[in-house]
Amino acid sequence: MTLPFYVAPEQMVKDRAEYARKGIARGRSIAALEVQEGVLLLAENPSRTLTKTSEIYDRIAFAGVGKYNEFESLRVAGIRYADIKGYQYGRRDVTAKSLASAFSQTLGNIFVQGPKPFEVEVLVAEVGRTVAEDRLFKVTYDGTLYDKRGYTAIGGQADELSDRLGEDYEGTPGLAEALALAANAFREVESRAIDGWEGALLAREGPTRRFRRLTKEELGEIATS
Amino acid sequence: MTGSLLPLGAPLPGASFTELIRSLDLAPKWALGPDPAPPDFRPPDATTVLALRYDGGVVMVGDRQATAGYDIAHRHIQKVFAADAYSAVAISGTAGLGVELIRLFQTELEHYEKLEGVRLSLEGKATYLARMVRSQLPMALQGFVVVPLFCGIEPESGTGHVFTFDAIGGRYEERDFGAAGSGSREARAYLRTVYSPGSDRTQAIDHSIAALVAAAGQDLATGGPALRRGIYPNVVTVTTDGVEEIGRSAIAAAAERAMEVIR
Repeated sequence: MTLPFYVAPEQMVKDRAEYARKGIARGRSIAALEVQEGVLLLAENPSRTLTKTSEIYDRIAFAGVGKYNEFESLRVAGIRYADIKGYQYGRRDVTAKSLASAFSQTLGNIFVQGPKPFEVEVLVAEVGRTVAEDRLFKVTYDGTLYDKRGYTAIGGQADELSDRLGEDYEGTPGLAEALALAANAFREVESRAIDGWEGALLAREGPTRRFRRLTKEELGEIATS
Repeated sequence: MTGSLLPLGAPLPGASFTELIRSLDLAPKWALGPDPAPPDFRPPDATTVLALRYDGGVVMVGDRQATAGYDIAHRHIQKVFAADAYSAVAISGTAGLGVELIRLFQTELEHYEKLEGVRLSLEGKATYLARMVRSQLPMALQGFVVVPLFCGIEPESGTGHVFTFDAIGGRYEERDFGAAGSGSREARAYLRTVYSPGSDRTQAIDHSIAALVAAAGQDLATGGPALRRGIYPNVVTVTTDGVEEIGRSAIAAAAERAMEVIR
């Protein structure tokens, strides 16, 4: 029987973090902004069918960047978690906070115990009755959970994009204004033409399920501007 | 659920919610004894529901009464529900089982839609509902029968469809109208005389409420509209605009017209 080589925990965490970061850096970014009409998610996505944003539950949406199969499995697990909870208790008992915390626990476990860390960052957004009740949670590859206000970003250029959003984000903008300022931030940070948009809105007003994808017309204006 | 972790390692049951909770051992269970239930054990029964097609959609109606033998168990029970944006479902038979069946069915449709990114086809929904009824067969043999009624439209074509079921899990698409529950025979008999496929929405609502009044006139377990008590049937329509619940005042007016016509 051979003994495994001893690896110091600091070294292991460092190696794994580096590995995960490299994978995420290749991914395109996603921005989330609280707006008057709800919560806006905007992503650069050349694909029409493979989406990065998704409905999770009535007022809760998901966005993921990185390796497709990994964030897709997290998305599916998130929907299952929410639907089971809503079925066992009630629709109002499904909250972004408990979901984000479950993502955080899961990613944290995988980071330390899994054969390899997930190369993903995910975002859990919830729309409230008022802007003050909106929630934006960001969970990174190692399970770190961030509670954000107003706007945030995930992906390869997350920090730059988030900083750039912060320069223009003031008060709570309307949807059209937020779309324009987010698109602008994308262009400046990436300093190239954007290869297709994917947009979604968690509407503040409406029937039970508030998630809807933005139409080509709604996104068309920012595509040409 | 397994603590605060996501069900990431759940065995992969595809997009089915029922299979998911079964695999996690969270599915509702009714433990059955070896003997049939004693005759005096009577959980409430939900009675008459019906649906009919009209030009541009379908209308579905259910009375509000649940009975336990000769006793009225509930006067305001709801038997007609939106299943998703473009379909509606109603129950007859053992109320406790039926209500749970509907909750599971609604969750199932929503779960599928979120995971797959598209809605199930109308036929797919009806087939799935039939499967759910079939899984209740052991309960049915004990005397606790649930028979749903399902209707909806395919948003692309805009034509309405009505599906009836039996306790075995048989699924039948109806050409004109369908009904389930103890008063369904009377309701169908009434509809057969007034139904015309080209009727519009208002006529269809009138006919369906009149059929319910006719059923209540003959069947003890069916509760007709009780205007003085403020008990009105549940009425929904499904069109390309989605599922719409009809307001009380419109139902009350239709109920009054129906009660003048039906002896």
